Amino acid sequence: MAKMNMIQALNSALDIAMEKDPNVVSFGEDAGYFGGVFRVTAGLQAKYGLDRSFDTPINEAAIAAMAIGMAANGLRPVAEVQFSDYIFPAIDQIVNEMTRLRYRSAGQYTQPIVIRSPWGGGIRGGQTHSMSPEAFFTHVPGLRVVIPSNPYDAKGLLLASIENNDPVVFFEPKRMYNGPFDGKPDGALQSWANHPKGEVPEGHYTVPLDTAEVVREGNDVTVIAYGTLVHVALSAAEKSGIDAEVIDLKTLTPYDIGTITTSVKKTGRCIVSQEAPRTSGFAAELAAQIQEDCFWSLEAPIGRVTGWDTPYPHAHEWSYFPGQDRFINALKSVMEAA
Amino acid sequence: MATQEPRYRVPVPQFRPGDEPDFSHLNIPAAGEAKRPGVDVDGRDTIELALGMVRVLDHNHQAVGEWNPEIRPDVLREGLRHMVLTRVYDERMLKLQRQGKMSFYMKSTGEEAVAVAGAMALKNSDMVFPSYRQQGILFARGRDIVDMMCHCISNSRDNLKGRQLPVHYTWAEGNFFSISGNLGTQFPQAVGWAMAARYKGEDQVTASWIGDGTTAEGDFHGALTLASTYRAPVILNVVNNQFAISTHQNMAIGDAPTFAMKGLGYGIASLRVDGNDFLAVYAAMQWAAERARKGHGPAYIEYFSYRADAHSTSDDPSGYRPKTEAKVWPLGDPIERLKNHLIGLGEWDDERHEALEKELNDLVVKSYKEAESHGTLHDGPLSPVPSIFEDVFEEPDWRLIRQRQDLGV
Repeated sequence: MAKMNMIQALNSALDIAMEKDPNVVSFGEDAGYFGGVFRVTAGLQAKYGLDRSFDTPINEAAIAAMAIGMAANGLRPVAEVQFSDYIFPAIDQIVNEMTRLRYRSAGQYTQPIVIRSPWGGGIRGGQTHSMSPEAFFTHVPGLRVVIPSNPYDAKGLLLASIENNDPVVFFEPKRMYNGPFDGKPDGALQSWANHPKGEVPEGHYTVPLDTAEVVREGNDVTVIAYGTLVHVALSAAEKSGIDAEVIDLKTLTPYDIGTITTSVKKTGRCIVSQEAPRTSGFAAELAAQIQEDCFWSLEAPIGRVTGWDTPYPHAHEWSYFPGQDRFINALKSVMEAA
Repeated sequence: MATQEPRYRVPVPQFRPGDEPDFSHLNIPAAGEAKRPGVDVDGRDTIELALGMVRVLDHNHQAVGEWNPEIRPDVLREGLRHMVLTRVYDERMLKLQRQGKMSFYMKSTGEEAVAVAGAMALKNSDMVFPSYRQQGILFARGRDIVDMMCHCISNSRDNLKGRQLPVHYTWAEGNFFSISGNLGTQFPQAVGWAMAARYKGEDQVTASWIGDGTTAEGDFHGALTLASTYRAPVILNVVNNQFAISTHQNMAIGDAPTFAMKGLGYGIASLRVDGNDFLAVYAAMQWAAERARKGHGPAYIEYFSYRADAHSTSDDPSGYRPKTEAKVWPLGDPIERLKNHLIGLGEWDDERHEALEKELNDLVVKSYKEAESHGTLHDGPLSPVPSIFEDVFEEPDWRLIRQRQDLGV
């Protein structure tokens, strides 16, 4: 075991994957020599050579297309999109090509691709460096969407994603690259060094791509979160004094319906959450599925904690970001209902 | 009717229905004029080839000049056969579509040389990322016609399980990538494939084709940027058949002198080729393949041609262009030109040509009967209904399993 922050854990995953399988290649804008703007790919070019860890032209559609061609021809590309806000030029290649190639070729071609991308807000990034665009991708058949919330999971989920034969969009909550974040921007910066999930094995392991985790057990209400909001939800649960169970989803598609329904049937109340704008977000999918599967166990309407239906603001970031207070209010409101 | 002069330029074709088309303004260089550089030429030194035109067959159907690939007559006859088969197949499939046997069809009439000569100049082990109008490649590579038809009528033997629109073939065994209906996406993908081939130490070359209209897509720029940057062993081909459905190529070319010139900005070796000249297409592709295979980098080729029929079964070209255009097209018909060349060589005659057409027509008719014995889109049998839930992921997840149960299959 070693102490790792999320950047080091992701870097370790890439290092292990490239060491283990010569068909794994890593590329992206500034992702070669420099090691990426967040340094996740640092050292890989020096260790594995220019043709296995390299820079790309600034063209996300071409990056995705290059990955598609390479993967169809037997490689296992891990492509970095520098910020998830920049992924949209690639969406045609991802939605119409990468995720459908196995289907439309009836299995003649497959796409073992991981697209990694720093994701989410909380870093004063303004509207072009703070987005949470996961719902655009969870809507796409044939695509796995993975969002870790800590160094241990980040490494295990990235290794599982690279070794998986389906395309994966792997969003990295950049607010937590260096430490967990409880949703209170004025508090002291926290470090992964003091967090149990900052203990990361140095060797190979995987975290399954279809399994959520109950990260706090409770009996009164289930809170479902992923990425940065897992920690916000945990701290809100502590502070509220409400006996909340918190689920870290980890994989959005396909999501772990079993863990969710078991918990909601136990607690009878549920809050779904996301950083992204409210309308048509992934939380809406969770709410719809939970009412289908757990309606007769529900004692209150499902609560929803989300960003607003606005672009992500710069100066008023903390009025947008669904922080502790919004979770606490939602917890109280769900407990008071009915 | 709008009578005001447009306030900005919106390109329109020179001729509309009812006009008498006249292509005498086109500057078509004489056959044999273009110089053939070594395959290691610096891409930037191909400007004359990008502005001119590689042509081998002259107006007397003789092969002339440095680009004459000097192909043996039996290979020429094979090329003729593939082109005639492509045309006969297209005609038959169009008729069957009109009879309601399939949902959609796209012919390649007038462009058969681009696909067939290109494929024959490549090795069968080379990878191709075609657009939807290169069915000639499949004939040149010997794909089973019944299999092609089974795909087009989406029956139980369709190798794509009825998931793709007709003519959107995939044939991995023949190194023929999955055709996309989203234009141009295959262009940068082909570069990625070519890079992977180099990565694995293979001497395979990769070729991709798009149309003139698709050069306006961002993926065109992405493909040429990637190919140039990483010096990929890839041949990027633009079939300038003058039309994108109803839209004339002048909507994509802007003020560029030729589509081939667009490659020069990337420093890629760029050629403009008479796309209706079997020998010129063959020679250009052979040159480009040797260049790529020897590690001298990518090539980019414009084929100057004319789409002699509709875009697809969903449009009627008489609504947007004169019916007589194809007849007066100055570069003629690729099959007629190769046929006349072979006749000039004393290696072919009209009787043999007629016999060939009859033989291939009979083959297509017979093949369709066999294809239909495996089912049709309307009457089945099709691929089993549960197969719609397969191949989404490697293994279906709980959502797909539940949804399959919801459908009751």
